[in-house]
Amino acid sequence: MADILAKKFRDKEKIASLVKYIKKISEGKKYTFMHVCGTHEQTIARFNLRAILPSNVKLIAGPGCPVCITPAKDIDTAIKLAEKNKVLTYGDMLRVPGTRDSLFTAKAKGADVGIVYSIKDAKKIAEKTDKNVVFFSPGFETTACTVATEVLKGLPENMFILSSLRLIPPIMELLLGIGDVRFEGYIAPGHVSAVIGYGAYEYIAKAYHMPIVVAGFEPLDILLAVALLIRQIKKGDAKVENEYSRVVTKEGNTKAKRAMEEAFYVASDIWRGIGRVPFSALKLRNEEVDAEKVFKIKIEKSIDIKPNCSCHLVIIGKISPFECKMFAKACTPENPYGACMVSSEGTCYIAYMNYANEK
Amino acid sequence: MRTITLSHGSGGKLTTELIESIVKLFKIKSVGSGIGLDDFDDSATIPLSDFEIVLSTDSHVVKPIFFPGGDIGKLAVCGSANDVAVMGAKPLAILSAVVVEEGFSMEKFEKIMASMSEECSNNEIALIGGDTKVVERGSLEISITTTCIGIAKKGSVVSDRGIKIGDKIIVSGYIGDHAIALLSVREGFEFDTELKSDVTCVYPLVEVGMNICRINAMKDPTRGGLSAVLNEWASKNNVGIIVEEERVPIRDSVRSACEMLGLDPFMLASEGKVVFCVDKEYAEEFLAEIRKHELGRNAEIIGEVTDKYKGKVVLKTSIGSEKILNPPISDPIPRIC
Repeated sequence: MADILAKKFRDKEKIASLVKYIKKISEGKKYTFMHVCGTHEQTIARFNLRAILPSNVKLIAGPGCPVCITPAKDIDTAIKLAEKNKVLTYGDMLRVPGTRDSLFTAKAKGADVGIVYSIKDAKKIAEKTDKNVVFFSPGFETTACTVATEVLKGLPENMFILSSLRLIPPIMELLLGIGDVRFEGYIAPGHVSAVIGYGAYEYIAKAYHMPIVVAGFEPLDILLAVALLIRQIKKGDAKVENEYSRVVTKEGNTKAKRAMEEAFYVASDIWRGIGRVPFSALKLRNEEVDAEKVFKIKIEKSIDIKPNCSCHLVIIGKISPFECKMFAKACTPENPYGACMVSSEGTCYIAYMNYANEK
Repeated sequence: MRTITLSHGSGGKLTTELIESIVKLFKIKSVGSGIGLDDFDDSATIPLSDFEIVLSTDSHVVKPIFFPGGDIGKLAVCGSANDVAVMGAKPLAILSAVVVEEGFSMEKFEKIMASMSEECSNNEIALIGGDTKVVERGSLEISITTTCIGIAKKGSVVSDRGIKIGDKIIVSGYIGDHAIALLSVREGFEFDTELKSDVTCVYPLVEVGMNICRINAMKDPTRGGLSAVLNEWASKNNVGIIVEEERVPIRDSVRSACEMLGLDPFMLASEGKVVFCVDKEYAEEFLAEIRKHELGRNAEIIGEVTDKYKGKVVLKTSIGSEKILNPPISDPIPRIC
C-alpha cells in the first residue's frame, strides 16, 4: 500500500513539473497559505516541500496539532486523575507541559499513566483491570468519531473519558475573525474533512472570502492544493475545492457524524494559546462516563503559556518557530518549554527536527 | 526534584547527557592505550602484546519478553555479542547476570535460558560465568545483563573514528524490523503483521566483510536506528554523510506501520543489521560479497561521506529534495492520528 502511494503521489517528475507550474502562475506576487493539520506539516517537513516551492510561496502551520492546543487545565486534571486511577492516552500527550508537571514527569513520580494507540486498546486494558481507567482523549473530528463509536457501543464499567476533543471549522473561522490575517488561503485537513465533508467549510469561504482547498497527505496532494489556491486567487474566487476526492466527499461520513452527534454535545472551551473558542469543543452527553463529571477534579489555576513562551503566536501562524527567542535554546524536544515543541506534529518540534540544524 | 524519566534511557540526547555526567565522575577511564569509557564506542579494549581483548556489557529489559522472532534471552546474547562483533572482534565468551522477580513462571524462565544457550551454541560463544538474583514482585519481570568478551589481533580493531571523505555507507539489510515487530505485540498497540524481529548475532557477516577489505567503521543500528549511527559518525569524524532515501532497504510492512503510527523508520531499532563504512574503491565488491551471505542478502549502498555539511547527515528524499536527518531525541512514540 505504502509503495503504491509512494509511486503515484511521490513521483519525482510529476512533482517537478507541478513545482514549475506553481512557479509560473505565482510569478510576481507573494502568497502565504495556512494549513491546520499536524500531518500536513509532517509531509511538508519530511519532503522539505518549503525548499522546493518558489520563495514567493509560503506555507505556514496553524492550530492543527491536537496535542499542542490541549489546555494545561486538562493535563493537570489528567495528572490528578492518574494519582488514583489508570490514565491511558496517546504517546505524544505524555510530554505536553501541564502547569507544573507533564504526564511523563508525573509518571516518573508514581502516577499510573499508560500509552495506547486508540480507545479500543484502552477498552481492552480496562477489561483486564479492577482499577478505574480514564481514557484521556484530545483530538479533532477524526479522533472524536472513533471515541463516539466506542462510547455508544458501551464502555466497561470501570472506564471513563476525559474529553479534550475539539472541532476544526470553528478555529478556522476564529483565525479569520480576529483580524490581521496574514494568509491568502487555507489548506484544509484531509482526514478531518473525510469525516465532516468539505461542505463544512463553505460558510467560511463565503463569509470571509477565503479560498479553501481540502488536501491529502502526499507531496503531490499538497502541491496541487497550492496550485489550486493560487488559481482561485488569480480568478478572484473564494470557494471550497476538494483535491482529496479519493477520500473526501461533500457530506463526509454521515454515519460518523451521526455517532458524534449522539455521543457529544458542542460546547465552548479553551484552546491552549488561543483562549475560549465558541462552540469548538465536544463534551460527553452521557455523564456517567464523563470523567470530569464523575471525578469532579477541581483545578484552581492553570497556566497555558509560560513567561517568554511564544506558543500562542506559533499556534496561530503569526510567527515562525525561528522568531521565538526560546526556540532551540531554552526550548528543545528534550526539554520542551512550550507545547508546540512536544508532539511529532507540533510546529516547533517539526521545525527543530527538520530545519534547526540547517542554519 | 530532579528525577530520572524514561527519556534518560531511550538512547537520545538525554541519555548522552546522563552518561556524560557519569563518565566525568571516574578518573581512570581506560587500560593503557585501549579504547575506554570516554571513547563512547560500542566496546572497550584491553591491549595485550599481540592481541586486544574486546569487551562490552549491556542490560536487557524488553516488553513483551517473548516477541515474534525472539525473546529476551536471545536478545541478551546478541546485544553484547554484536557490540563486540562490530569492533571487528570475534565474540568468545559471555558472562550473564539475571535479575528476576518472585512469581515469575519457571517454565518461561527455562525457555529464556534455553534460548540463550541456543544462541550461544550457534555462535560458538561460551557462557563462562553468571549471577542470578530474585527480587520482590514489582514491574521488572526479568532483566538480563550480559558482558561479552571477544578477541582481535592487534591493530585490527575497528573503532568508529576511521571514516574518510568519499567513503561509502552500506547497510546490511532491511531496517526497523525489530522495533515494529515488538510494537505490534505491545499492549495498547497490537496490530497484525507478519513481521519478525531480526535479532541475531552478526559476527558471521562481519567476518565476511573483514576478509574483503579494511572496514573504516561499523555499527549495529539498535537504539536510535540508522539515524543515531550516522549522526554519531558524522559528529565524531567531523564529516557530512549524504543518504539517498530510496536506496535504504525498508520493508513495505515497516513503512506502512510507520505511516500509520507516525514513526520515522530511520529512528527505529534493528537487532541483526550492520552499517558499514568502506573505501569507495571497494564498495561495489564489498556489497556483492556480503550479499552472498544470508545476513547480508538485502544489503545496499545507501550513501557516502562528504566534506560538505560537516557533522551532519543529509537525506536526499524520494521526491528529490534534501533535508537534514537529525538524531533521535527519545524513544519513538506513536502519535495521536
